Amino acid sequence: MAKHLLEVRDLSVEFHTAAGTVQAVQNVSWHLDRGETLAILGESGSGKSVSASAVMNLIDMPPGRITNGQILLNGQDMLAMGAEQRRRINGAKIAMIFQDPLAHLNPVYSVGWQIAEMVTTHGGSRGRARARALELLRRVGIPEPEAAMFRYPHQFSGGQRQRLMIAMALACKPDILIADEPTTALDVTVQAQVLELLEELQAETGMGILIITHDLGVVAEIADRVVVMNGGRIVETGRAAEVYANPQNAYTRKLIDAAPGKGAMPEERDRSDQPLLRAEGLEKHYGAFHALKGVDLTIMPGETVAVVGESGSGKSTLARAILRLDDPDAGKVLYRGNDLMTMPPRELFGLRRDLQMVFQDPTQSLNPRMTVFQLISEAWVIHRDILPRARWKDRVAELLTKVGLRPEHAARYPHQFSGGQRQRIAIARALAMEPKLIVCDEAVSALDVSIQAQVIQLLDGLRREFGLSYLFIAHDLPVVRDFADRVVVMRQGRVVEEGPVRRIFESPRDPYTQALLAASLDPDPAVQAARRIAREALETIPA
Amino acid sequence: MSDTRTLTEPKERGAASRWLKMLWVDKPAFCAALFLLIVVLCALFGPMLMGDMATRQNLRGRNAPPFDLAQGWAYVLGADALGRPLLARIAVAAQNTIMVAAGAVLGSAVIGCALGLVAGYSRKRAAQWIMRLGDVIMSFPSLLLAVIVLYMLEPSVANIVLVLAITRIPVYLRTTRAEVLEIRERMFVSAARVMGASDRRIVFRHILPVVLPTLVTIATLDFAFVMLAESSLSFLGIGIQAPEITWGLMVSQGRQYLTTAWWLSFWPGLAIILTTLSLNLLSNWLRIALDPAQRWRLEMGGRRNG
Repeated sequence: MAKHLLEVRDLSVEFHTAAGTVQAVQNVSWHLDRGETLAILGESGSGKSVSASAVMNLIDMPPGRITNGQILLNGQDMLAMGAEQRRRINGAKIAMIFQDPLAHLNPVYSVGWQIAEMVTTHGGSRGRARARALELLRRVGIPEPEAAMFRYPHQFSGGQRQRLMIAMALACKPDILIADEPTTALDVTVQAQVLELLEELQAETGMGILIITHDLGVVAEIADRVVVMNGGRIVETGRAAEVYANPQNAYTRKLIDAAPGKGAMPEERDRSDQPLLRAEGLEKHYGAFHALKGVDLTIMPGETVAVVGESGSGKSTLARAILRLDDPDAGKVLYRGNDLMTMPPRELFGLRRDLQMVFQDPTQSLNPRMTVFQLISEAWVIHRDILPRARWKDRVAELLTKVGLRPEHAARYPHQFSGGQRQRIAIARALAMEPKLIVCDEAVSALDVSIQAQVIQLLDGLRREFGLSYLFIAHDLPVVRDFADRVVVMRQGRVVEEGPVRRIFESPRDPYTQALLAASLDPDPAVQAARRIAREALETIPA
Repeated sequence: MSDTRTLTEPKERGAASRWLKMLWVDKPAFCAALFLLIVVLCALFGPMLMGDMATRQNLRGRNAPPFDLAQGWAYVLGADALGRPLLARIAVAAQNTIMVAAGAVLGSAVIGCALGLVAGYSRKRAAQWIMRLGDVIMSFPSLLLAVIVLYMLEPSVANIVLVLAITRIPVYLRTTRAEVLEIRERMFVSAARVMGASDRRIVFRHILPVVLPTLVTIATLDFAFVMLAESSLSFLGIGIQAPEITWGLMVSQGRQYLTTAWWLSFWPGLAIILTTLSLNLLSNWLRIALDPAQRWRLEMGGRRNG
C-alpha cells in the first residue's frame, strides 16, 4: 500500500462525561496526500473536529480517551510517540488554524513577535525568525507588512486576523495545514479571499490541507475530496464533485437538499396597498461611527423583506432602530401610518404586541433561568389582555405543537434543548404575542444547514397561516433566495440596491451586489467553478 | 434528552423534600446546614437557657483548661479569666454575634444591591451620583467612620449594625453595577424589551436572578469580615459593651492571655471560622441548586445514592 502523507486508521475516541460515556468518533479512517485538499463535512456534534484534534494531540485526556486506531504521519504512528516528539511535529510538520482568530492570537504581543515565536520554538534564530515573519506577512497580503509587524491583533480586521493565523501556521513550512472552520466567522467576500489565499499557498508549497467545515459551499470551492460525517461515523467519502452529483448515503442527500438557494423564487407581489411599516431617512451614529446614513424601507402586509449586508453594514442597527431598542438620531418609522418615534410610551406599549423579534442566538435570547412555559407565557404576563390565565397552559401546548415541539417540553429549561429547538422556542415566544411583523435578526445563521432549512420552512408556513410579515436580516444571500419577496442590500449604512428577489438574483445592478453574489459559495462544485471564473473576471475590471 | 426529563419529573413529592434531597447529596453542605442550625438555635435560646451560667463568676475556675470535666460539663471548653464557662459564653454570645453580622450583611447587601441595580440599569445622572457616593464611603477609612459615629451615638447593637452596614455597601454596589452593566446588554433582556416588559420586570425578573448568586457568595464571605470588624470596635471600647458578649469580643479579650491560656481566644475564633465556612459551603450549594443548568449535578447524585 502506498504511503499517505497523513492517514487516520480506525480511530475511535470516547469522552467520559457526567451523563455517561459518549462515543465521539467510531472507526474513522481517512487519508491526506501531498498537494491535496480534503474536507471533513458535518453538522455540529457530528464529530468532525475530533479526528483533527487527535492528530494535533489536542484532546484532553481524561475525559477523552482514544480507544482504538492509528494516526500515521509518513507511515509512522503518532499515537505511539512521546509527548516531546509530538510537540516537535505540531507547528513544524502539521499546523492548524481556527475559526476565531482573535481568540487564538495573544492580545498582549505584537503579531510579528507571535509569528517569529513559531520559528524560534522550533529552533530558528531570532534574526531568521524576524525575516521569515516579515516575508510571511507580505505573502498573506497584509498591507504595510513592516509596520504590521509591531501592531497588535485587535488592530486588524477579522479577515486580516485569519490571514495572520495562516501566516503563523505557515511559519515553519508545514507539510499539512489543518483548518477548523477557517471562514465561518468571516463575511462572504472576505471568505472567498481567504479560501483563494489557501489555494494559492497550497499551489506554492504543495502542502496537504485538511479543512473541517459545515458548509457545502466551502467544500465545493476548495476541496478535492470530501469525507461526510454524521453521529461520529463516516457516512460517505469520495471526490467532491461526485459526492455532490451522486450522493450514495441518505444523510448526504438530506444535507445537499437542505442547502439553501435552490428552490423557486417567489413572484413579485402587488405593492399598491398601504404599507405595514415604512422607515424614512433613518440615521444613527455610535460616537464617530456613522452606522445608518438615511435608510428607507417599506414592508407590505404579508411580505417578507430581506436585508442583506456584511458585518458593519448597519443591518442590525436598522432592525434595532425599527423596534426602538436603540433610538435612531433622525428619521421616521411609520407603522400603519403612525410614527413610532414620536409615539407616547403608552401607545408604543400596545404596538409592541404587533412587532416581535427573533434573535440570532437562541442560547442568549432565552433567559436560562426560566422554563419554556415561563418564557412563552411572559408575553401574557406583560400584555394581560391577550389571554386569561386559565387558558395559558393550553395555549403554550398549542404553540409548542405549532413550532414542532411537544407540549410536555413546557416544563423544561432552555439548556435542555438543541440549538434548532431553542430557536423554535424563541419563535413560539414571538407568536404568543400574535404579532403582525416579526423581525428575524440573523435568526438562522447560528444553526446547522439542515436545521436552518427546517426553521425557514417553519417561518414560511407560519407566514401563510397567520398572514405575518417578516423583516429578515441575513449576511448570506442564498438563505434569502427561497424565502424573501424583496431584497434590500446594505453596505456601510446605506441601501445600495433594492428590488424583488428575482431581479436581484438574476440581474443585480449595483457592483457591490454583484460582488456579493459572486462571492457567495454554491454547494454545487460545478457551479462554483463557473463562479470562480466570473469572479476573476470581475476583479480584472476596476469597480 | 428523555433522560433529563425523568429527572425533573418527580415534582409531586413536594418542593421541600426535593430540596432536602438535593442538600443530602452534597454532604459538606449538609453538615454546614446542620452546624448553622445549631448556631441559630443557640442564638435564639442561648441567652434564655444559659444566660446565668455565662455571667456567673467562679474565681476558683479562672482560666480553667479545656477537656476537664471536674467542674461540670459546662467547663468542657475551659473557662475565661473570671472563671466563666466558655461553652456557655459562646452559646450566649451567638445571639449578639449573629444579630450584628446578619443585620449588617443583610442591610448592606440589600441597600448595595438596590443602589447597584439603579446605577447599572439607568443611564441617568442619579447613577453617577450613586457611584460617587460609593467612592466616598470607600475612600473613607471604615474604622475611623465607625469610631466617629459610635463616639457621637450610643454604642448599641443597632448602631453598630448601622455603621458596619454603611461601610460595606460599596462592595455590593460595585459588584451589582458591574454585573448589571453586562447583563443588560444580553440578548434575553433585549427580547424582554421587545415584548414590552416594564423596567421593573426586566430588573427583577431577568437581571436580579442572574446577579443574585454572586451577591450571596460575597455576602457569606463578608459575614466573617463583619464579625471581625465588630470585634475590633469592641476592642476599642466603642462596640458591644462589657456585660454583653460577642465572639469577636471574646477573641479580643482572650488576646492578653494568649501565651498562657490559648483556649480563651481559640474557641470563639473557631466558632467564627466554622460559621463562615458553613455559610460558604451552603452558598456554594445554593448557587448550584438555583441554576437550572447545573441542578442536575445534585439531582443525579441523589438518584445514585438511592
